[in-house]
Amino acid sequence: MAYIGSNVKRREDVPLLRGIGKYVGDIRRPGMVHAAVLRSTRAHARLVAIDTAAALELPGVVGVLTVADMPGLKTIPMRTGQLPGLERSQQTPIATDRVRYVGEPVAVVVARDRYVAEDALELVEVVYEDLPAVIDARTSMGPEAPRLHDAVPGNEPAGFQVETGDVKRALSECDLIIEQTFETNRHAAVPLETRGLVAEYDESRAMLTVWGPTKMTHTNWRILSELSGLPQSAIHFIEPAVGGGFGARGEFYPEDFLIPFAAMHFRVPVCWIEDRSEHLKSTNHSRQQSYRVRLGLRNDGAIAAMDADILFDMGGYTRTHGGVPIVSSSAMLQGPLRIPNYRCQIHCVLTNKTPVGTYRSPGRYEANFVRERLLDMASHRLGLDPAELRRRNMIRPEEMPYDLGRNPYHYNVYDSGDLPGQLDAALRHMDYEELQRRCAAARAEGRAMGVGIGCFVETSGIGPWEYARVEVGNNGNVVLYCGINSVGQGIATALSQIVADEMCVSIDDVRVVHGDTAKVPYGNGSNASRSTVMGGSAAVGACRKVKDKLMRLASAELEIDAGDLELADGRISARGTPERSLDFAALARLALPGPALARGFAPGISEEDFFATDKRPFPYGVHVAVVEVDRETGIVEILDYLVMEDVGRKINPMIVEGQMAGGLAQGIGGALLEEFVFDQDGQPQATSFMDYLMPTAMDVPRGQLISTEEFPSPHNPLGVKGAGEGGITAAGAALANAVSNALGVEVTRLPLKPGYVLELMDAAEKH
Amino acid sequence: MSTRKITVTVNGAEQSREVEPRKLLSDFIRDDLGLTGTHVGCEHGVCGACTVLLNGDPVRSCLMFAVQADGAEIDTVEGLAPDADTLHPLQEKFQERHGLQCGFCTPGILLTARALLRENADPGETEIREWISGNLCRCTGYRNVVTAIREAAELMSEGGAATPVPRKD
Repeated sequence: MAYIGSNVKRREDVPLLRGIGKYVGDIRRPGMVHAAVLRSTRAHARLVAIDTAAALELPGVVGVLTVADMPGLKTIPMRTGQLPGLERSQQTPIATDRVRYVGEPVAVVVARDRYVAEDALELVEVVYEDLPAVIDARTSMGPEAPRLHDAVPGNEPAGFQVETGDVKRALSECDLIIEQTFETNRHAAVPLETRGLVAEYDESRAMLTVWGPTKMTHTNWRILSELSGLPQSAIHFIEPAVGGGFGARGEFYPEDFLIPFAAMHFRVPVCWIEDRSEHLKSTNHSRQQSYRVRLGLRNDGAIAAMDADILFDMGGYTRTHGGVPIVSSSAMLQGPLRIPNYRCQIHCVLTNKTPVGTYRSPGRYEANFVRERLLDMASHRLGLDPAELRRRNMIRPEEMPYDLGRNPYHYNVYDSGDLPGQLDAALRHMDYEELQRRCAAARAEGRAMGVGIGCFVETSGIGPWEYARVEVGNNGNVVLYCGINSVGQGIATALSQIVADEMCVSIDDVRVVHGDTAKVPYGNGSNASRSTVMGGSAAVGACRKVKDKLMRLASAELEIDAGDLELADGRISARGTPERSLDFAALARLALPGPALARGFAPGISEEDFFATDKRPFPYGVHVAVVEVDRETGIVEILDYLVMEDVGRKINPMIVEGQMAGGLAQGIGGALLEEFVFDQDGQPQATSFMDYLMPTAMDVPRGQLISTEEFPSPHNPLGVKGAGEGGITAAGAALANAVSNALGVEVTRLPLKPGYVLELMDAAEKH
Repeated sequence: MSTRKITVTVNGAEQSREVEPRKLLSDFIRDDLGLTGTHVGCEHGVCGACTVLLNGDPVRSCLMFAVQADGAEIDTVEGLAPDADTLHPLQEKFQERHGLQCGFCTPGILLTARALLRENADPGETEIREWISGNLCRCTGYRNVVTAIREAAELMSEGGAATPVPRKD
């Protein structure tokens, strides 16, 4: 075990640092032209007419596509989260007769370069007949609201309820019920590289090649085949370098159909790079949920029941994730708590806004905010310290594995861990009692300083399976072909470490191939912190099969029993007589097809493995935020911040810590800065980085990041739990609790923009 | 559309091209010169991904027309390393300290940091953060970026020897 657990430098880095990494926008094909998408300027309208004549006359324009060019258009299917009913509000790749959000594709212009394409966009004339738009989810469920989809009366395409125990009775027997509404802000992943695609159709080979699909390359490969009618064998997807994902990039979007369609239609390579304004209007939004919750407790602080009703604002259409974020909320609202009676009613609601999907820690960031705020509110009412109330209700290590209760759409059995132990370790690290004294002393002097805790259980490593093939190449190199994707997280490095250790070779002799459908036949991609868990486990399985074959080949060649052979440093040697040995290159030659191949052996050294599981690991941890609020401006300054997370096992601690740091920065952005605001007509107000504020180096503290590996997951051979989302998941929770503590108020919505903070202070003064 | 001939010195080599007056400097660098290490993240001057050095100063190449750069010296990320087998100390430290993840913002940050270290060879944490506050990074949370720049400064001030020098803050 030389590599697992060590800070191996990332193999991805050098090309990226030299500026020679090839992102999709860097791909150049002979004769390549450029597409620009004309998008709806209306939130809700009938499409009456589209006149492309003037655009077509502009020199340099190749053509303009509208729905009229695409007979038999199908809607984009859900790949997951298929709550019954959601299929009624799926989106076609281009507007057919109606638009339902500002940013919906209406036409595609293809031209010599992007400049001409954008000139031509302005020449396309679209006649809309405006319809009333509905922006608020609760209003959308009301009788006066306009109907968005004919097949969905009431604008609620799906909903479900989960219940364990008897909530009604438990609440009637409680000493204290906290009843509260909460709102979380619509914001999104917003990777620094916008989306993009290059598509080229080679008529001579009848082959469509698409550069750019990532995250779910194989899923999107299948979806494009289904929508276009081309067999998968005639489509080749290639993942280039990727400028961040975080859930949003790489889902099948309208453009994932439109750009390949344009390349086939015009028989010319087509490049489309989303601009930032398009991105902020058309790439999945996330996080907008409205809660009504009742939390019932006994006087000793024991939680008896929780009853939640959640609206999930989906925007104008169902996208590929279906109900994933809200399913996650329904399951993980309980977080680290033992809640004997739990009910959660979910409403999926359509509004005339950008459709939504997942964003790092989908549904859990929101649910953690709500639960952790409720706990602090209850602790205030009961006169208990917030940490003590948590301690009394946390699932204990001896209760693991812990079954949260049935959820029809979510695996719900926590695998392992010591949740209260982690909380206590975090509080000790921060010297919590001293911190509270300092905050109280500061407040006594008029400074609004506070500390807030956010505990969490994450879920990761989603199945159902992942694919790996390991081969030994002609020069003895070990090559892993795996169905995961890179979105910039360093997965090729982590998988190399796993393979190098498993095969007892130098990491320099390991190659990792992914994101290419011609080289990797199957895959489920990179999402839900699954790449290391699922891809790594499949790689281990394939490596073990390859080792077995190498041993058998060596045994046959050396005429030594396999039990007397050992594998080390890329060679198989006889125990005790190391001069009798074969390196991997020699073994690869022995496995070549032909008469020299030993009897009973199939040619080649290449083995596949599918790692399949219906279980999931659950990393867990604690955030502690220390803030000071400027009473004049309402600006929240973060004085200190701790993220502590148990990830089961660390393949590369440096990468784990990097994930925590990046997640935290995004969590701070979502809690303090980022919000997609819409006006009453459904016009988006945050369509540039001047209005959509992302955290800079001045907004994000250095923080303290502690990852532990005390409780490996029993569900995979590596014991890993996935480490992508712990840094973000409780940031809204901890910051809201810290601001509440600092000001003596109860925060009930995010983000904590200065206006809202000042509003809270005003209300507290009047109270 | 009519074009104008411009001449620029990019990473030490003189280059002349005919360009449309409306072509952005970022597109000129990427498309006309083929230097795609300069990335475009917002095209409205906020994210800093397209930062290059223009006569030594960091500028957002998406906010300039190529014709405005006529006669200028431009440094891009491709010119940072001394040769194909060696990394600049900044690049070396970014790898060692995990100062990048997806790498999309990295060229802009490297060039901003290059300019910073020319102005102050010994910057503290706060000064580094101020300098890179015009470069958005969505992956790293900045901490390792700041560490990498700080350690690159130490490496460079020792002429390549990694002897720590006293910090200012």
